[in-house]
Amino acid sequence: MPTQVSKFAQASAAGERLHHFHGGLKLRHNKKVSCEAPLSRVPISSRLYLPLLQHAGADAARPLVDPGQRVLKGQRVAAFPETGSGFLHAPTSGEILAVEDRPISHPSGAEGPCLVIKTDGEDQWTTLQPIKDWENSDPVLLHRQLDTHGIVGLGGAVFPTAIKVSGAHHEQVHTLILNGAECEPYISCDEMLMREQPEKIIAGAEVLRRATGTNRVIIAIEDRMGAVERVLSRALRKSDNNQIDVVCVTKIYPEGGERQLIQVLTGLEVPSGGYPRDLGLLVQNVATAAAAADAIIDGKPLIERIVTVSGNGVKNPRNLVALLGTPIHELIEQCGGYEKDVSRLVLGGPMMGYALPTDAAPVIKAANCILALTSKDIRSPQEEMPCIRCGECARVCPAVLLPQQLHWQITNEQWDAAAEYGLGDCIQCGCCDFVCPSHIPLTDWFRFGSGMLRTLATERTASDRARMRFDARQQRLEKIKSDRQQKIAEKKHKLRESAEAKKKVAEALERAGKSRNDQSDDSS
Amino acid sequence: MLEAIIPIALLGLAFGFGLGWAARKFRAESDPVVDQIEAILPQTQCAQCGFPGCRPYAEAIANGEADINQCPPGGEAGIRALADLLGQEPKPLNPENGVETPPTVVVIDEQTCIGCTLCIQACPVDAIVGAPKLMHTVIESECTGCDLCLPPCPVDCIDIVTRDRPLSKWQAPRPGIQAGPSEQQAG
Repeated sequence: MPTQVSKFAQASAAGERLHHFHGGLKLRHNKKVSCEAPLSRVPISSRLYLPLLQHAGADAARPLVDPGQRVLKGQRVAAFPETGSGFLHAPTSGEILAVEDRPISHPSGAEGPCLVIKTDGEDQWTTLQPIKDWENSDPVLLHRQLDTHGIVGLGGAVFPTAIKVSGAHHEQVHTLILNGAECEPYISCDEMLMREQPEKIIAGAEVLRRATGTNRVIIAIEDRMGAVERVLSRALRKSDNNQIDVVCVTKIYPEGGERQLIQVLTGLEVPSGGYPRDLGLLVQNVATAAAAADAIIDGKPLIERIVTVSGNGVKNPRNLVALLGTPIHELIEQCGGYEKDVSRLVLGGPMMGYALPTDAAPVIKAANCILALTSKDIRSPQEEMPCIRCGECARVCPAVLLPQQLHWQITNEQWDAAAEYGLGDCIQCGCCDFVCPSHIPLTDWFRFGSGMLRTLATERTASDRARMRFDARQQRLEKIKSDRQQKIAEKKHKLRESAEAKKKVAEALERAGKSRNDQSDDSS
Repeated sequence: MLEAIIPIALLGLAFGFGLGWAARKFRAESDPVVDQIEAILPQTQCAQCGFPGCRPYAEAIANGEADINQCPPGGEAGIRALADLLGQEPKPLNPENGVETPPTVVVIDEQTCIGCTLCIQACPVDAIVGAPKLMHTVIESECTGCDLCLPPCPVDCIDIVTRDRPLSKWQAPRPGIQAGPSEQQAG
């Protein structure tokens, strides 16, 4: 227990002294190009396609509206099945045309169910229900507001904010870290948000501080974001807020990962299988904080987000505010269209993103960046060579794993060993891939391996259930059988008893008859 | 001489009692080998192995009465795991027991079902609900795909369908295997 206390103490000094995490890479960040133009809005598209699946891993949402129904901007249109995982809202007013399978933004490249909305251009809001007195209201009310307004982590993981925040509130965390250190190359949506709307970030920090009951807030940004630091500090001075600190962290990919950022700020590692709240910390993306402020102060649900459109394959890279469900080709058009030699479209950053098969896929809550890459940007597929066990991958791994060992275990399907060696702690950042001299697609292997671990776990639960049901049935059948046998035995017993009784009566009658005969003999 | 024999005999007695007590106190409830084998078996309860369920098959393997390659739902991976556990060489699946197929479930055609309850009685995991002369249906999440309900059905209203995996349970493919749409094209 004393170690726990001292860890808490160390964690509460977060940001006072900066530390390092293991490994990582220095990458060319390529962000300036998309930060030159100011934020602009994508015009409302004539059709919006709202995927019921918003990210891999979560179940699809259930539609709450029928085709033909008119919906208003901000109206709830679908609910996710698990409690606390939120809702989808209509991004603008219009008519629901259909629920049908369409291209979606999903790593499988498959089609999925979408709500198709024919927009009417009126952009008419539904009645908004802000929490007016949020500074003094019960945190639980704030959690519910975050849930009903569909707020999720906008850094890429799309985890429901309400669940994360209420968990942190429950565990009495002491420090809230707002993550503005977007470490992947090209992505600059959080940087633009902080530069253009610093007041909203501060409002979001205050809202989340109330919802979690923390004292301190740290806004972590990269050390190259000088403009952001100036803007944020000015806004903080204006609001006279001394509970919020801005901390610049050194730019080493992936310092924006939750666990890496905590290590940089506190020097502590979040234990394997544990959560930041075990150290008394909560990490939220800055865009999530802004969305939380919108939901609680203004009552606006999450219906739009900032998307970076960048890469050499697009004419004018920039950041756009797009309604969820807007087809990606409309964002590209807004940026002047494609360059001639564009060859691949990626959702997310170059390190962790995935290729999209078509630009008809819509903007989803997770879509922080759309990259149009030319053939020159893509590493030509080099022939994979055997592992030479150089150890470069282990040197750069920010999760301090042994990628070469994990790779060997996964290719040989040694799942238990891979789990033991920490496959579950892999954040799939792509560092090992990047440095591998044998061009082994290590991250692809780890994606596959993590998926296999999940599948095996579900199979195990299913087979345990089947065994339980089989045993229960077996017991029931045996009970029925033994009950029946008992009944038969009882019946036989009764029969025998009644037969004996009859016999006795017969004997008595016989005796009686005999004595009567004797008497009659005597009398005669 | 005696002063050597007596302590040794006493020690022997003491250990004997100790072991006897420990054997009673810490007795394994069931055979751990059977449990370990059963944990590997897929619990389909399909009886394709020739035994009336996964537990009986596990017992038969443990007693050396059955081979490790008689479980089609477990497939090659299951055989390999059993071979690892028992220190045997893996061998191919015995074709007499069936072939490995992708996971399936059964569906009752509710238009044709006459409500005879024969399938309910055949289901080893109670995954079919219904009542006499009323339509029956399969609880998909509980169905193991053992197909034991097919033979008793007098009107042939049960179909085997492959269990479709929802997109939310999508899993990244094994690298090197091209899955999904081929070369991406933008614009």
